[in-house]
Amino acid sequence: MKAPLQRSNAPIFWALFGAGGMLSALLGPMLVFITGLAVPLGLLLPPDTMSYANMLAFAQHLIGKGFIFAIIALFLWHAAHRIFHSLHDIGIHAGMGAKLLCYGLAMLGTLITAYALLAVGF
Amino acid sequence: MNKRRPYVRSMDGWWRKNPFFVEYMIHEGTALFVAAYAGVLLTGLVRLSQGEAAWNSWLTALQNPWYIGFHLAALAAITYHTYTWFKIMPRTMPPVVVGGQKLAGWVITSTGLAVAAASCLGLLALVWGMAR
Repeated sequence: MKAPLQRSNAPIFWALFGAGGMLSALLGPMLVFITGLAVPLGLLLPPDTMSYANMLAFAQHLIGKGFIFAIIALFLWHAAHRIFHSLHDIGIHAGMGAKLLCYGLAMLGTLITAYALLAVGF
Repeated sequence: MNKRRPYVRSMDGWWRKNPFFVEYMIHEGTALFVAAYAGVLLTGLVRLSQGEAAWNSWLTALQNPWYIGFHLAALAAITYHTYTWFKIMPRTMPPVVVGGQKLAGWVITSTGLAVAAASCLGLLALVWGMAR
């Protein structure tokens, strides 16, 4: 009997790459501006925008949890995929080890995100 | 007997010789900033789960000039990622046929960039409205 065709796992990683790439393209610049520049420098937004009470309430809300999870996890999977495939371009012949390292770090980050989102409560 | 030493052509600086590949390496390099920024957010989330004192010390750390410098660089890199993401989109998505004609590349690119600009402004308005 002929063995069934092996299914490739590439579409899964590509889909995560694409989703993260799209999300970071649409919201990335403004997110960096808000969390990295506007709030720390006190520009434009109210000073308590990212106060503990506000951010805790956001992270405890189901929609907030989903948003935080999607942003962090998909950004990580997008970057892991792109960095993994760029290793070849800088002369590193990437094998299974590099793949495990890149995608493994994204998976680790995803699990820590999920754990922290559960730890902040509901 | 000597070990085989096959000639392997060096890959040093291959991309620096062609502006097309220089651009390619820069847009691939934006992934480093996306990863680093996700790391910053992940740190913040973990600090949030550790309580108010931990969260406030993370917020204070963000005011450090190194962090400000990093976020300026990340803003530039990720904005460039937005631009290239939609610039190459006509080649990364399946062809779209409208009225028997293949949709032109510039239409896809400019629509994507317009949606990105609207999303960013929408996010800012949302955050401003929620924080007020």
